[in-house]
Amino acid sequence: MRALLIRDLRLATRAGGGFGLALAFFLIVCTLVPFGVGPEGGTLSRIAPGILWVGALLSCLLSLDRIFALDFEDGSLDLLATAPLPLEGAVAIKALAHWLVTGLPLALSAPVFALLLHLPGPAYPWLVASLILGTPALSMLGAFGAAVTVGLRRGGLLLSLLVLPLYVPTLIFGAEAVRRGAAGADPVAPLVFLAAITLATLALAPFAAAAALRVNLR
Amino acid sequence: MSIWEYANPVKFMRTSGAILPWVVAGAALCTVAGLVWGFLTPEDYKQGSTVKIIFLHVPAALMAINIWLMMLVTSLIWLIRRHHVSALAAKAAAPVGAVMTLIALITGAIWGQPMWGTWWEWDPRLTSFLILFLFYLGYMALWEAVENADSAADLTGVLCLVGSVFALLSRYAVNFWNQGLHQGASLSLAPGERMAAVYRYPLYLTMAGFFLLFLALLLIRTRTEIRRRRLAALLARENRA
Repeated sequence: MRALLIRDLRLATRAGGGFGLALAFFLIVCTLVPFGVGPEGGTLSRIAPGILWVGALLSCLLSLDRIFALDFEDGSLDLLATAPLPLEGAVAIKALAHWLVTGLPLALSAPVFALLLHLPGPAYPWLVASLILGTPALSMLGAFGAAVTVGLRRGGLLLSLLVLPLYVPTLIFGAEAVRRGAAGADPVAPLVFLAAITLATLALAPFAAAAALRVNLR
Repeated sequence: MSIWEYANPVKFMRTSGAILPWVVAGAALCTVAGLVWGFLTPEDYKQGSTVKIIFLHVPAALMAINIWLMMLVTSLIWLIRRHHVSALAAKAAAPVGAVMTLIALITGAIWGQPMWGTWWEWDPRLTSFLILFLFYLGYMALWEAVENADSAADLTGVLCLVGSVFALLSRYAVNFWNQGLHQGASLSLAPGERMAAVYRYPLYLTMAGFFLLFLALLLIRTRTEIRRRRLAALLARENRA
């Protein structure tokens, strides 16, 4: 398992792996929004929690198809499926690797992007906390979507259509936590719900993703 | 006599062919009678004539949710017992469900404009229906995209299971996010809360009509899918020979 994790991390971080692409995309989203809604600080700080969460979610989406597609093409996914490691475990590890190269950097760098959007001061810790709690669910659900669409031509577009509705509850609770933090209210309740969604997803989604992978490898 | 006999396509085709005209006739009768009856009901003292859209809105919304439930059950039957008719029925039901969801959304918007003063409101019920519509779209797109028929049935089945969990989760998550304008349940057993009988009885009739309409469309579409499957098998045999 550790070998698989290290292999995936290496592949992602070396040249051509697309590491940093998600961060660059996040930066572009945060740059484009003020052009769209105007530069007034009041408007920006009001919509900043939502924009930051939607931006993080879209940046996650960008690299989802890479979770399985390359391994599917060169056949290493078949080897993984026949390896003694259960396929559910392999799926969870690959989702973890995806989170380590996209979700975690996004969560840690989000305060910098929040500056661009004038996020109110008290919300910063909650922004980082909600992203750290919520993005694992995004990666895991994305791994499920990637597993369903791995063998398809034009799978990328379909992947977003399948995965984005699944992201709705995570987005609601994540953005709500930041919004409450910004308003000075108590953001613990949405954070608890967010953690519940993430834990349930981590527990159940690997089975669904592995079932879909087995169908696609048949 | 058990329901599993209908896993046999020949048996299914024979029985569904026999009952289909009756279902179509019943659907037409109930829907038309219910809508005409509903149209002739007196105007509501507050809502005026707009109240009559309920005879389209509520049955469509009812079917939109229950068609997804039916797809969940048939997907489970396919995943567990591998009955092809079951998978094809789920495939056949999805577009009907999507259209029902759309009807519910559009009639709601037409009613909401004069009553709430807005075509669209980010109300929990409206939002969760929009999300349900997205799930229908994704489900149908996946059926179209996968070429191998059995893989398509498996993948859409798994998607339906996961989607059901998240559709339900979204339904309650949006409650947390925004308080609603939409009224509570339209039909209730408690005498004080339920609608006046003049509206209730035609509503029951249109609900029966929409259910029969769905059943008729489902049977027609499933029969088409079975015939398409047979055609593909014949063509494959011809190519081999």
